[in-house]
Amino acid sequence: MSETVSPPAKKPGLALWLPLLLFGGFLALVVYGLVRPDNREVASTFIGKPIPAFSLPPASADRPGLSNAQFVGGKPRLLNIFASWCGPCAIESSQLAQLAKAGAEIDGVAIRDRKDDLARFLAANGNPFARIGQDDLSKVQIGIGSSGVPETFVVDAHGVIRHQHIGAIMPEDVPVILQKLKEAEQ
Amino acid sequence: MKRLRFILAAGLALATPLAPLAAQDSLPPAPYAYRQLPDPAQEAKAQALMETLRCLKCQSQSIADSDASMAGDMRNEVRTRIAAGEDPEAIRQWLIERYGDYVSYTPQVKPLTWPLFAAPAVFLGLAALLLRGRFRRARHLRKDKA
Repeated sequence: MSETVSPPAKKPGLALWLPLLLFGGFLALVVYGLVRPDNREVASTFIGKPIPAFSLPPASADRPGLSNAQFVGGKPRLLNIFASWCGPCAIESSQLAQLAKAGAEIDGVAIRDRKDDLARFLAANGNPFARIGQDDLSKVQIGIGSSGVPETFVVDAHGVIRHQHIGAIMPEDVPVILQKLKEAEQ
Repeated sequence: MKRLRFILAAGLALATPLAPLAAQDSLPPAPYAYRQLPDPAQEAKAQALMETLRCLKCQSQSIADSDASMAGDMRNEVRTRIAAGEDPEAIRQWLIERYGDYVSYTPQVKPLTWPLFAAPAVFLGLAALLLRGRFRRARHLRKDKA
């Protein structure tokens, strides 16, 4: 037994270098962790699951509220989690308008928003939404694994979440989202 | 005296523009964001769970520690579920289903993570084997000398 663990007669070949190799491996891991770009996004693990039951009152005077039942039937829809107090949400407004123009149906969930703030926001940035639900407790947001504003989800005609876009939709993201909407039709 | 006044003014000038930079909502916090449950046993359960759940906004804080409004909403969610009689671990699983293991500070035993739990036992076993070999050899050497 003792022979197999550390042969006393032989020269210490691998045993001598092993600690250095281990340390080298550890160093490589540290360097990899340091040079890897920082990513604080938390992706939803709720993709592929049906949207949970919810029913939100209307957040704006000229659009109805939103419930999970409205995602079933028809065609795939976009669910945009946003708020008037969120800067990037204003940045993505022209991309949302572009998506709406391309035929995408967009529903909004306004997170912790005031009606008058929201009205001002929609007047300034346009209103691409078919419905806007008012979510004062972030219920829907937590329910689908969204961790910030803005986030956009592709929901298919069975009410199943198919894709998540984290952060503001930039011009180069528009074709990707349209493609995901098309994929969700199958 | 003049210098002191200058330092004070400079300090004020530096401190004031910091406040309105962060985007924040202006709604009052959720009902159970900062209010404890009336039943102390339930509140203790909720508190213990909240201390082991990650705030997704301030990612190195627990939702019990964070003042982010989303953390407040998550505390509200946890407390209302506990008040409704839900098991804390079931609530943790509910959140993990949505945000992945990242949301929980308490490590979960899974096919991917079990080596983490097994490693200490494996290392102890290895050390015992190695030491046994060494002790035996030492005994042999002593016998040879004697």
